[in-house]
Amino acid sequence: MELLNPGLGLLVWTLLAFLIVFFLLKSLAWKPILSTLKERETGIADAIASADKVKAEMAALKNENEVMMAKAREERAVMIKEAKETADKMVADAKEKAKAEFDRIVAEAQTAITQQKNAALTDVKNQVGALVIEVAEKVLSRELSNKSEQENYIKQLAEGVKLN
Amino acid sequence: MGMASKSLKSLLVAAFSAFSLFFSVNTFASETPAGGEKHEETAFDPSKLIMEHIMDAHEYHFATIGEKHVSIPLPVILYSPERGWSMFNYSKFNHGHDVYEGYKTEEGHIIPVNAAGEHDTTVKVYDLSLTRNVVQMFIGVFLLCFLMIKVANKYKRNGAKVAPSGFQNAVEPVITFVRDEVGKPNLGHAYEKYMPYLLTVFFFILINNLLGLIPGTANVTGNIAFTIVLGFISFLVILFSTNKHFWGHIFNPPVPGFVKPILVPVEFFGIFTKPFALIVRLFANMVAGHIVITCFVMLIFIFGAMSKVAGWGFAPVSLAFTIFIYFIEILVAFIQAFIFTNLTAVFIGQSMEGAHHDEAHH
Repeated sequence: MELLNPGLGLLVWTLLAFLIVFFLLKSLAWKPILSTLKERETGIADAIASADKVKAEMAALKNENEVMMAKAREERAVMIKEAKETADKMVADAKEKAKAEFDRIVAEAQTAITQQKNAALTDVKNQVGALVIEVAEKVLSRELSNKSEQENYIKQLAEGVKLN
Repeated sequence: MGMASKSLKSLLVAAFSAFSLFFSVNTFASETPAGGEKHEETAFDPSKLIMEHIMDAHEYHFATIGEKHVSIPLPVILYSPERGWSMFNYSKFNHGHDVYEGYKTEEGHIIPVNAAGEHDTTVKVYDLSLTRNVVQMFIGVFLLCFLMIKVANKYKRNGAKVAPSGFQNAVEPVITFVRDEVGKPNLGHAYEKYMPYLLTVFFFILINNLLGLIPGTANVTGNIAFTIVLGFISFLVILFSTNKHFWGHIFNPPVPGFVKPILVPVEFFGIFTKPFALIVRLFANMVAGHIVITCFVMLIFIFGAMSKVAGWGFAPVSLAFTIFIYFIEILVAFIQAFIFTNLTAVFIGQSMEGAHHDEAHH
């Protein structure tokens, strides 16, 4: 059949055309295209890998941060507790000290009061004495205005004084 | 798809009913003219026309209007050991009426003639003419090289960091498809070495398939000579990829001794049947598509020869079918290019299977 009879011309030209296309496109088209595609794909793969790595690093960092935060929170709690304790202690101490001071002041005041009282009493005694003496003096000076009586009294007093 | 086929169906039903109505009314009317003039019109030979369409020729023949041929004659290149080289334009034969430089054309073939104008059997002629298949293949090759080199230059210029644009976007998925779906699965680690060949085969077939679909062009990929060359090249590539394991499998298959005499010839024959299948598959698929399309167009004229109204009436049906087949043929153009490339890759993969397996297992 005519249809199945290959023409020599077409055989030769097809072979030539195919070989030309093959060698031309191999060096001028397929090589640059395939190498660029490969480069792009490896680039994308690398980018994805590095993105994953960064993500993992970020996660690790976040983890670390959380641990640090927890630790900080714990520390803060401890510090607050300690501070409170210190404060409480300080207040207690202050109270104690204040009480002691108060007691001391009260005691001192009491002593002072007692002292003052004593001094006052002494003073009062003295003044009373002086007053008595003054009064007595006045009384006496009037009573003893006559010389004879005075001399009698002195004599009497002098007799009363015991010389040791 | 459902909607499309439904509307196509209803279109066909409408066309058929319109056609049968006209046909029944007009049979009486058309039988009245005397047959004298009609005989010339009925001399229409569809199978000859179909063959002319799918076969190679020395000219692009578009139409014959009355006695005038609308065609582009192509250069004829002949070599004869007795007469040497001859180069002239096909138009010199004056559509088969004239003898030129001792040659004449008969049924599209150029044959040597003697002084008396009869076929000279003592002269051997090799026809290396730039037939329409050759010319069209060159156009395809030129287009392919032009487009691919342009795209490749864009890759070179832009580098790997720039996203593809324009025609690059159309080519890149096809190239990656051939690489990822044809090369890598069949050839494993060795795929890079075969990529230029596989890509060239794919695009060489594809561009010629597609150019052949343009009305008026030649049926390049549906010519046995074209597919024989591609099949032969595949055969060589397959043979050069074979390893010890492959030949061991053919001449010493792992079967009981008494089966060997049967299996060895079968296996050996298999080496040749593979490229043969490639050759016939591409040829038959492409030629069949062209025949179907021309047949549907011819139907109009077959009916037209019966009655003018029948011809006109059938035209929409024929056109609908032709368009439908045309779309299928566009699909087939891609599928056949893919199948040829893929099967070549499969056969290459089989021929180096041993090494491939070893690598896969260890």
